[in-house]
Amino acid sequence: MLSRVADSLYWMSRYVERAENTVRQLDVTLTLMLDTGGASEETRWQRLMVSLGNPSGMEWNGDMESMARTLIFDTVNRASVTYCVNGARENARQVREEISSEQWQRLNRLYHQMHSPNAQAQFRASINDAMASVLDGIHLFKGVSDTTMIHGQGWQFIRLGRYLERAYATATMLEVYQPELFNPHEREHSGYQYLELVGLLRCCTSFEAYCQVYTADLAPDRILEFLLLNRDFPHAIRYCVDAIRDAIESIQRTGGRRPPDELTAVVGRLHAMVGFTTISEILSGDSAAFLHTIREQCMRIHELIYRHYVYYSIQSALAV
Amino acid sequence: MSAGHPVELESLFGDYPLDQAFDEMREANGEVRPHYRALAETLARLPKEELQRRKQSADLSFLTQGITFTVYGRDEGTERIFPYDLLPRLVTAQEWDKIERGLTQRITALNLFLRDVYFDAKILNDRVVPRELVYSCKHYRRQMRGLQVPRNVYISVVGSDLLRLNTGEFVVLEDNLRVPSGVSYMLTNRRVMKRTFPQLFHSYGVRPIEHYPQLLLATLRSLAPEGRPEPNIVLLTPGVFNSAYFEHTYLARQMGIDLVEGRDLVTHDNIVYMRTTDGLRRVDVIYRRVDDDFSDPLIFRSDSSLGCSGLFNAYRAGNVTVTNAFGTGLADDKALYAYVPRIIKYYLDEDPIIGTVKTFLLSEDKSRQHVLANLDKLVVKAVGESGGYGMLIGPQSTARQREEFARQIEADPRNYIAQPTLDFSRAPCLIGNHLEPRHVDLRPYILFGDKVNIVPGGLTRVALEKGSLVVNSSQGGGSKDTWVLEQ
Repeated sequence: MLSRVADSLYWMSRYVERAENTVRQLDVTLTLMLDTGGASEETRWQRLMVSLGNPSGMEWNGDMESMARTLIFDTVNRASVTYCVNGARENARQVREEISSEQWQRLNRLYHQMHSPNAQAQFRASINDAMASVLDGIHLFKGVSDTTMIHGQGWQFIRLGRYLERAYATATMLEVYQPELFNPHEREHSGYQYLELVGLLRCCTSFEAYCQVYTADLAPDRILEFLLLNRDFPHAIRYCVDAIRDAIESIQRTGGRRPPDELTAVVGRLHAMVGFTTISEILSGDSAAFLHTIREQCMRIHELIYRHYVYYSIQSALAV
Repeated sequence: MSAGHPVELESLFGDYPLDQAFDEMREANGEVRPHYRALAETLARLPKEELQRRKQSADLSFLTQGITFTVYGRDEGTERIFPYDLLPRLVTAQEWDKIERGLTQRITALNLFLRDVYFDAKILNDRVVPRELVYSCKHYRRQMRGLQVPRNVYISVVGSDLLRLNTGEFVVLEDNLRVPSGVSYMLTNRRVMKRTFPQLFHSYGVRPIEHYPQLLLATLRSLAPEGRPEPNIVLLTPGVFNSAYFEHTYLARQMGIDLVEGRDLVTHDNIVYMRTTDGLRRVDVIYRRVDDDFSDPLIFRSDSSLGCSGLFNAYRAGNVTVTNAFGTGLADDKALYAYVPRIIKYYLDEDPIIGTVKTFLLSEDKSRQHVLANLDKLVVKAVGESGGYGMLIGPQSTARQREEFARQIEADPRNYIAQPTLDFSRAPCLIGNHLEPRHVDLRPYILFGDKVNIVPGGLTRVALEKGSLVVNSSQGGGSKDTWVLEQ
């Protein structure tokens, strides 16, 4: 497969995943603000921003609704949902011959939805409905991606993008939330603390899944365990890392080119980190550093994928 | 309106005007031509709502497939659906036979001309074509002198534009020998038509065109460099911003070959490679949809990033086939067009089977004076332009436009030609609820590998605006499916 095509599929997928993550975190933040007993709106907004990687141009202006509108509809700010959808579509447009018509049509429809005048009106009428319909569009796109495309190399690059983005975003979010998880503000005990924990799980659509595993008894260490180490839940970091490893192996299988040792090593190390560590070990050590390492490894994997599959030097390729 | 029409036909035509222009469907006395009768009867039988329903369903089909083109020079709404007319344009077997023979003759001769000009230039020495006309052409490529191309085929993918005059004869308006486009619309139109009028299609006995991508692939394969039995064939596109990007993706998908951009290609030791996730892979044949100028910054325009540095040297070394060859624009120069009948005579010793349009070369003083005095009656075209850009249609122009063109002609006469304003044929189109005639042309697609191959059909382009003579998609034109009949 052409490197440029792999690159476009990978970014199309990352952008879609990023859009979804942003919508979901915003949704949770807005819901939490309804209960006035917890942290202030500004604090929550700041936390959301840190969790989204501190985008510039999103400084708190005191008006939640206008902030939310910027985060969804701004076409210039790189953190906005619309910006991500544009990015995904632009990448898809460049590989029209590689993706299925259904994928293209879904993404195209989502794009037009974000840009239609109705979208802003719907947003004013009900922020929740607006966000839900964006999420619907994203889910449909992901669904047809999995069901209408050959699961060959191209699809594996889509998977790679999706899970790398997700692992990174989840690790960032946990890093932001984890000080509060274990040192809750005094006022936030009982009801408010519960809402915070549900919010955290909802950011990863994992509240119901969590309950199935641990019952509705929400405990910070269990939540951390679930979102970090669960092997069966698609939003848990461990699941993502397994998927990344599997995608890289499949790319090798379909292309016949061996990933460089360094890439195998980084992925293997990350896999071992989340596969063979218990939550008590993590909590007895420096859990923030643990999460930080996960993020660093994700970035490293991204760089190595690029260097190996996309922007490799001609000299190294001719030498093979 | 003549007698003999059932009542339904009368209501279908309404006040359908007939004048001196050739009408594809009706004879001068209003009678429907024999081969159009079945179509007319079907249309008359269908309730008007049903016709509209089919039209909408066809439109929707184009829309969801994203069959679009890009219009240059506008900021917004640059991605557009190609407008489409529901009624097919019919070409009889006899008409097609002549078109096919005529185009084969013409393309063969033009290819011999290119070979000659880039090697011995006999035709110039024999003074059949003026030397300065060739060497002043901006599409002449000095770099092609003495360069051997595979099978001596310069122009392997061609789309010539034909018009039908009021005598009923077809003439060639221009030969598109560089990167002709539109073939994807021919193919998608057919697919939609088969769904829209299945029975009618079946009853007419229409010759198939769907194998075009396969023929194109075979043509490309036949031009692969020696010793490459399993050639890696790619389609080179300028990228997503090109007006024909949809077509590039469509053809690549239909042929099952990779769609590459210049940045996907690298050359090393005069071999072209593409960057893949599995490392570098050698490229043997490039079907390029990038103009000469943008193909290789080392040889042509150095400010272009659409092509691939070193491509031309690899081509010169015979390690990669690029088709169409470089420098073919010489033979579709609008000024050279006037000489094509003589070119055919010179190489093939035959008379042209398809005629041409009278053309004034503005570099000749007498012609120029005549043209400048009659700008309001003539069509003036810039010789190197295509797609309906750089054109003045005298009878429909304003005084200011004419002044502007006169100035440009005086400044650079070699760059312009003039032709009489042609009253070319019209075909019925569905406008609202009834039929109205609109001007149409015909662009058949010609492939030339080991021999000349023309799929029976082509793109009929329609000037959808009433009275308009411009059929280009970039200028408000649409298209129709073209049915070449078995009988």
